[in-house]
Amino acid sequence: MPETATPSTPSAATPKPAAPKPLACLRDSIRRAPPRLVIGILLAATIAAVAFFLFSDLKGNVGYVLPRRALKVAAMLLVAVAVGVSTLLFQTVTANRILTPSIMGFDSLYILVQTTLVFTVSAAAVTAAPPTLQFGVEVVLMVAFSALLYRWMFTGATRSLHLLLLVGIILGSLFRGFSSLLQRLMEPSEFIILQDLFFASFNNVDPALLGVSAVIIGAVCVAVWRARHTLDVLALGRELAINVGVDHRRVVMRILLACSLLVAVSTALVGPVTFFGLLVVSLGYQLCRGFNHARLLPIVVLIGAVALVGGQLILERVFGFATALSVVIEFAGGILFLYLLLKGSLK
Amino acid sequence: MIDVRNVSKSYGGQAVLDDVSCVIPRGGITSIIGPNGAGKSTLLSLISRLQPLESGAVTVAGLDIAATPSRDLARTMAILRQENHLTMRLTVRDLVAFGRFPHSGGRPTVEDLAVVEEAIRQLDLTAMADKFVDELSGGQRQRAYIAMVLAQDTEYLLLDEPLNNLDMKHSVEMMRLLRRLADELGKTIVLVVHDINFASCYSDTILAMKNGRLIHQGSPAQIMQAAMLHDVYDIDIRIEEIDGNRIGVYFA
Repeated sequence: MPETATPSTPSAATPKPAAPKPLACLRDSIRRAPPRLVIGILLAATIAAVAFFLFSDLKGNVGYVLPRRALKVAAMLLVAVAVGVSTLLFQTVTANRILTPSIMGFDSLYILVQTTLVFTVSAAAVTAAPPTLQFGVEVVLMVAFSALLYRWMFTGATRSLHLLLLVGIILGSLFRGFSSLLQRLMEPSEFIILQDLFFASFNNVDPALLGVSAVIIGAVCVAVWRARHTLDVLALGRELAINVGVDHRRVVMRILLACSLLVAVSTALVGPVTFFGLLVVSLGYQLCRGFNHARLLPIVVLIGAVALVGGQLILERVFGFATALSVVIEFAGGILFLYLLLKGSLK
Repeated sequence: MIDVRNVSKSYGGQAVLDDVSCVIPRGGITSIIGPNGAGKSTLLSLISRLQPLESGAVTVAGLDIAATPSRDLARTMAILRQENHLTMRLTVRDLVAFGRFPHSGGRPTVEDLAVVEEAIRQLDLTAMADKFVDELSGGQRQRAYIAMVLAQDTEYLLLDEPLNNLDMKHSVEMMRLLRRLADELGKTIVLVVHDINFASCYSDTILAMKNGRLIHQGSPAQIMQAAMLHDVYDIDIRIEEIDGNRIGVYFA
């Protein structure tokens, strides 16, 4: 039935533009560049941004300023890794270029878990517990819930991407709505403590939490790196992956668990960032011929690091306002999201 | 040998396969024919573990598909479905190279790469090996996927409508290639095919399905009978013998 096959592959039908745009030319020449070179340049940019962030404009009490800056940089690097890797994994597993864990409500789920915990246990008990214990409980709950929730959505046969997107947005709103209901019901003093918990921006990061996060992210990344060839295969889609011997259901479940771990860690560190992952992963695909995870993973992480550290650097030191980075990133990411939707990558 | 025992499958209470049992012999080409909705593709995807078995059992070359590790099965049996969508841009060579994954685990050796090149050559894709799969025509893309499962180098090859999207020339070339693979390399090939005449000319065994049941199994000479085909398709098909092949005429 060739008639039915034709509309499902619109990419083949769209005519190639006669004269390539300069931007596309630039992209193609970057793609043809050896991946080591691309990674090298990104690495150099990251190191430069980190060095500038740490050492430029170093005045006053160095022993006070430097550790604070180092903590901030460490938090940003961890978030870059967590968000970049989780988004890339998520897109690989779901075989799409537009859904991200945030869009599917992973971080709203985290906030709901945290709110519920404070609501049922009381803020005093939550804050009195060591932050690592509290964090551990939250992460375990988060992983368990996301496993339950997202299992049926992604392990079955192919489902409509539109349906998934819709379900994700509805789940996200549901979690947020539930969280704000609980927040309204709780004591105002408890609410203030709670609010403080999930708006820990880059400016006040708990060193203990940072350590735990680094360990978790590190462990997840080692596991992901080991599975990089399997990830390449997963991007072929469910049936071809099964054909070449990937235990699709099990691998997908594990990767979704890794995603929820990474999202939990990054949300706990700096709060939710909805479109940042989409932004860096889309840029990563532009810079790399899009399937080799051995290249994509470092590229995505480094783009995230440059964007966060560099962006924060520019906003803090050049423009002099310290808190707007997330706004800028969300703005750019949101526009990209709309562009991708309109361009019709929603196949 | 593929041994299918009492396999059933239903979607939403509707039985798609109803207690199907059959033995597909080792070696040669077995074609599965039948009207739309007969359960041909479902049978193939159950045999190839793309869908979990609800009831019954399937063994392929003695391996129980429900109990054998997926990677071991992938070295024994390859499956290609009708429609495949890639969300990423791959060159033909990259795609075909994925066929070596069950053997190489993602780190292809020189031998693996040689097998890939050979598969590309067999499917007449050498000139477009570095093109992106989404830039190819439907028929070329179909051949690229076939090259991928060919590179997988399995004893059993399961193909769901491999002639889909192919013109007459490439259909004939595809069937000749499959025939050669069966005769020279001793592969066992199972395919779902809509054109009964291709099934008649190239198969050793034909399975005829209807309404989720296997209704006939036999050689082309046994199945290509007007009464048999009427039983399967509910239309009158005249059978002519041309150059020793039994051809069904059903256009008027």
